[in-house]
Amino acid sequence: MRERTSGRTVGGFRNLFLQGPAVTLLLLWMLVPLGMTLWFSFQRYNLINPMISGFAGWDNYTYLLTDPALWTVMGNTLLLVGWVLAVSVIGGTLLWMLSTKMLPPVGVLMPVYLLFRDMGLLDSPLGLTIVYMLMNLPIVVWMLYTFFKDIPKDILEAGRMDGAGTLQEVLYLLLPLTLPGIASTGLLSVILSWNEAFWSLNLTTSDAAPLTAFIASFSSPEGLFWAKLSAASTLAIAPILIFGWMTQKQMVRGLTFGAVK
Amino acid sequence: MATLQLNDIVKDFGGTQVIKGVDLEVKDREFVVFVGPSGCGKSTLMRMIAGLESTTSGEISIDGERINEVGPADRGLAMVFQSYALYPHMTVEDNMGFSLRLAKVKKAERREKVLAAARILQLEPLLDRKPRALSGGQRQRVAIGRAIVRNPSIFLFDEPLSNLDAALRVQMRIELARLHEELDATMIYVTHDQIEAMTMADKIVVLQDGLVEQIGSPMELYHHPCNRFVAGFIGSPKMNFLDVEVREASGEGINVALPGGDCRVPVDGSGVSAGDTLTLGIRPEHLKLDDAGPLTGKIVVIERLGGVTSLYLEHGDSEWILVADGDVAHRVHDQVRFSFDPTCGHLFKGDGEALNHLHRHPLVDIDRKQNRVSSPSDGQ
Repeated sequence: MRERTSGRTVGGFRNLFLQGPAVTLLLLWMLVPLGMTLWFSFQRYNLINPMISGFAGWDNYTYLLTDPALWTVMGNTLLLVGWVLAVSVIGGTLLWMLSTKMLPPVGVLMPVYLLFRDMGLLDSPLGLTIVYMLMNLPIVVWMLYTFFKDIPKDILEAGRMDGAGTLQEVLYLLLPLTLPGIASTGLLSVILSWNEAFWSLNLTTSDAAPLTAFIASFSSPEGLFWAKLSAASTLAIAPILIFGWMTQKQMVRGLTFGAVK
Repeated sequence: MATLQLNDIVKDFGGTQVIKGVDLEVKDREFVVFVGPSGCGKSTLMRMIAGLESTTSGEISIDGERINEVGPADRGLAMVFQSYALYPHMTVEDNMGFSLRLAKVKKAERREKVLAAARILQLEPLLDRKPRALSGGQRQRVAIGRAIVRNPSIFLFDEPLSNLDAALRVQMRIELARLHEELDATMIYVTHDQIEAMTMADKIVVLQDGLVEQIGSPMELYHHPCNRFVAGFIGSPKMNFLDVEVREASGEGINVALPGGDCRVPVDGSGVSAGDTLTLGIRPEHLKLDDAGPLTGKIVVIERLGGVTSLYLEHGDSEWILVADGDVAHRVHDQVRFSFDPTCGHLFKGDGEALNHLHRHPLVDIDRKQNRVSSPSDGQ
């Protein structure tokens, strides 16, 4: 017999004793009305003459099934259920997709804008930095966590045996080992901030405007400057492309191969 | 010089005792092997010695000095991990020299020490490689080299050979024994493989469920196991056990009843009386096919290893394993008779404790160093 580490045994009399009455009561609560309904559906029941009673067979059911009103109501119900299903499933999926990106930014645009206005952060690099940082931080933490978690425990213990304190452990072991992870996380963060348009368009005008806002300014009410717009776009894309090309080796994990086993 | 004492060591993991009070003394330059089934606490015990695991109670001391509160790096120990635990981003040289680098040893001196260790292990051509470019055996040697560079007073090995293939394991076993002689260091070695334990140890510590079952030389454990667990654990195939009735018992021996006649086992029978039930233990290699033997059985399985043959026999509800020579011509379903030399028999009481043999085996006190040609550096 093995006990859990918590010292509790699983199942057993105590659970039955505590749960039994509640489960029985709940079952009765649900089953009794259901049984009564079934019972009555097969009975003859006459309002004018209560003396006519007894077993009716399928009579009640044939009556209902031949009544056209039933089908209309049934159709309405199906339609209703279908719509609710469609809307909730599709809407729910969409909402889930949005929520994994935390929140649709436009949902908090108004309060953020007002906050920035009051704090004098509008059109300032600092303000945009704060917004971008808050936007990227959860993703960065989440990614880095998995990279750090993947380092074999033995390696850190070997380091401790070799005399590494916390600082040296971070400096000589943790950081070099997670470098590919840190680099790829960093790269992702760079791309996300580089391409960000929504906040930059709404929170900056000229002083702190990044590339995205600059490109957008080429589309003016008077018409589009296609050529200049394209040139600006190319200039905006080029650095990130080159950067990605250069760091792709770091992006590929595999440095830890051969460490253990 | 390094001796290690464990004094009533207890380890408690959230209410579960994994080590339940272990006393042990490791002498200077001794090769001690912790052996036991998985989950017996042998690795935990080693990690406590290393300082990677705290001690719930009890005292660990090296050369008489308590080290419970000393950090792992300052205990003067080096550990070789089962997974090797090499630093994957460093070259072999940097791996081996990492502890010196942390200790702020100058580069030239560091290189000298790493080279010296590499020479012992024939790692010189690999010094610039990264661990991923090494084979399993080479990684293992680098891990050992990393330990040598630290010049520890005690080496700790945590199942270092279990990731290697069989042939390499045999080779590394011999190499480790050679290393022990060459370095003249105290070594503690954890394994579940009793062949490693038997071939390398000066002293074997058999553990089960967090308790020491027996401590002794390999030959002592083999010839004089102190209880049924050790008897069954040491030796392969496992020792045969049979419940027998005592006919007559005295200080000069015990007569027990066997299906084909009585047999006298030379163990101290004081305290045992006629009619008691004991367990008779005989190793498979001590059973021999004998047409006049007192025991019979039907062959159910034959394992032919070439040099030797293992016969699995059935008799009633008892099962026997018999190791015979390689030329046994018997077939499955054959009925065979077999016997054994009663001086090789062991008797165990109901609680598993062994009755003392009247004669100690002549090889029990043999020194492990007598088993190999001494190295040329001897006598210097």
